[in-house]
Amino acid sequence: MGRYVLHRLALALLTLGGVTVVIFLLIRLIPGDPARIIAGLLASDDEVRRLRVELGLTQPLYMQYLIFFTGLLHGNLGLSAATRAPVLEEIALRLRPTVLLAVSSIAVATLVGLAAGIISATRRYSILDYLAMTLAVLGVSIPVFWLGLMLMLLFAVYLHWLPAGGYGTLASFILPTIALAAFSTGIIARMTRSSLLETLSQDYVRTARAKGVPRHGVVLRHALKNALIPVLTVIGLQFGTLLGGAVLTETTFAWPGMGRLLVNSILSRDYPVIQGIVLTFATMFAGVNLLVDLLYAYVDPRIHYG
Amino acid sequence: MWTPGSTTVSQTPPPSSHDRFGVWRKLRKHKTALAGLIVLGGFLVLTTLAPAILPYDPNVADLDHVLLPPSLAHPFGTDHLGRDLLTRVVFGTRVSFLIGILAVAFSASLGVPVGLVSGVRGGVVDLVVQRLVDLLLAFPGFLLALTLIAVLGVGVTNVVVSVGLAAVPQYVRLARGVALSVKEQAYIEAARAAGGGEGRILMRHVLPNCLAPLIVQSTLRLGEAILVAAGLGFLGLGVKPPTPEWGTMLGEGQSYLFSSWYIATFPGLAIFLAVIAANLLGDGLRDALDPRLKHG
Repeated sequence: MGRYVLHRLALALLTLGGVTVVIFLLIRLIPGDPARIIAGLLASDDEVRRLRVELGLTQPLYMQYLIFFTGLLHGNLGLSAATRAPVLEEIALRLRPTVLLAVSSIAVATLVGLAAGIISATRRYSILDYLAMTLAVLGVSIPVFWLGLMLMLLFAVYLHWLPAGGYGTLASFILPTIALAAFSTGIIARMTRSSLLETLSQDYVRTARAKGVPRHGVVLRHALKNALIPVLTVIGLQFGTLLGGAVLTETTFAWPGMGRLLVNSILSRDYPVIQGIVLTFATMFAGVNLLVDLLYAYVDPRIHYG
Repeated sequence: MWTPGSTTVSQTPPPSSHDRFGVWRKLRKHKTALAGLIVLGGFLVLTTLAPAILPYDPNVADLDHVLLPPSLAHPFGTDHLGRDLLTRVVFGTRVSFLIGILAVAFSASLGVPVGLVSGVRGGVVDLVVQRLVDLLLAFPGFLLALTLIAVLGVGVTNVVVSVGLAAVPQYVRLARGVALSVKEQAYIEAARAAGGGEGRILMRHVLPNCLAPLIVQSTLRLGEAILVAAGLGFLGLGVKPPTPEWGTMLGEGQSYLFSSWYIATFPGLAIFLAVIAANLLGDGLRDALDPRLKHG
């Protein structure tokens, strides 16, 4: 097990290293002087000159990358071109709202998606099955930002039940969480249904039924455990989709998170901040997938830890 | 599950040469898929006839008639510049579908050849391609398209490139999987023994195996591409105004949500409808064309 963990950890770090290369190269693909691009339009000539030295722009590309990478390891993501504050500080200020929104959404999506999938699979071709699967298709097709606006229109503008935006109270979480969770709920429900149906048709399930194990016992104790393995992977991947969707949801609900900062930074061409946020999102995503892989090995004894 | 009497000889007639896989027959029985096809067809007809049936220009401002609620003259109302929203939504069909279709074509034409070569060649080529794919997949979903737009800038071409590039990994994986599954087959060996070159074998013998999953994948991806492009538009990072694009219109409508609900509502409904239609058709095609992927 120890070796497997180390192996997966190394792979995750390698991927993140690759991500830093991609981001580094992308920023340098933008036509123009990289120092001017990174410093921003408001920077003085002196600042641009200083940055040019700091980034080592007269040196070969791989040296520039090494300078960038060593900076990252020291937590130096550069300065925001718009506010002149360290990028790390800007991100730290907005990390919490984004993480809370993403975690609450994945929790809701997992609970509702699993429940709907289990009901669908155990009552196949019933009205409940059709209803759940219809909702699942609607969930994966509805634009997250539009769902957010429509929820806002109904529950905030007309009914005055919930706040239309902002962040802080528990009530402020409800609408953004529903909007963001809809897509992943649909995916998880569909995956749970098909995975559970497949396991239920396996021989050992039939054996258990023949032995006289009650129906719910078979589903819960025998089938669900195996059916959940592919679902777990999907949940991990959905976390990535959620982080992307958070950008749209935060914009819809004026949520003070990293997603909204990212959009504003793209609009104002604040590349150090863009770079920092994309790296943060990729790191979070890699972390969750690492966790899922480790859980996978724990849940599924067929996976070798070698 | 096998039950006594469940193994019967297939009663279906041998498929004709026009419908080798019986796709149309299966699809016709699939009611939801048929509904999806009809809705997509409806969009196509509507957008073709648009200039002939709609009396307004989608881009000309009419400042005497701004923010009018839905009425007979303007069934969807008018926006902050007095433009008829129904006209803009209908013309937006062209832009959104064009972006979606081009983006899917872009990812397929880049991803499929790379995936085929990667699968058939194996070895170092395969290893390098797979690591590159992993690298692209390390960017969570929508963020890759967003990052690319940040570098490339806005506009129709850049939206197509960003949305398309973000979906390339899926096509590489699909084509590679098919290539791996057929490359040891006897007929490939026979073709090679007969002196077929690598390019010829890829084109004539491996590629046709990809067509069914490719069609399924592309239909599902069309919905996603429309969704991603609309998301970019919503954030103000899509096409340049005044081009009528659904996501961009929705973004403009957000500022007027409290006073004029209809501006954001109708373009969003159009996106929703288009994406459901593509998803339903894709699900149906998957069941009809690609039994390996069949779920439920």
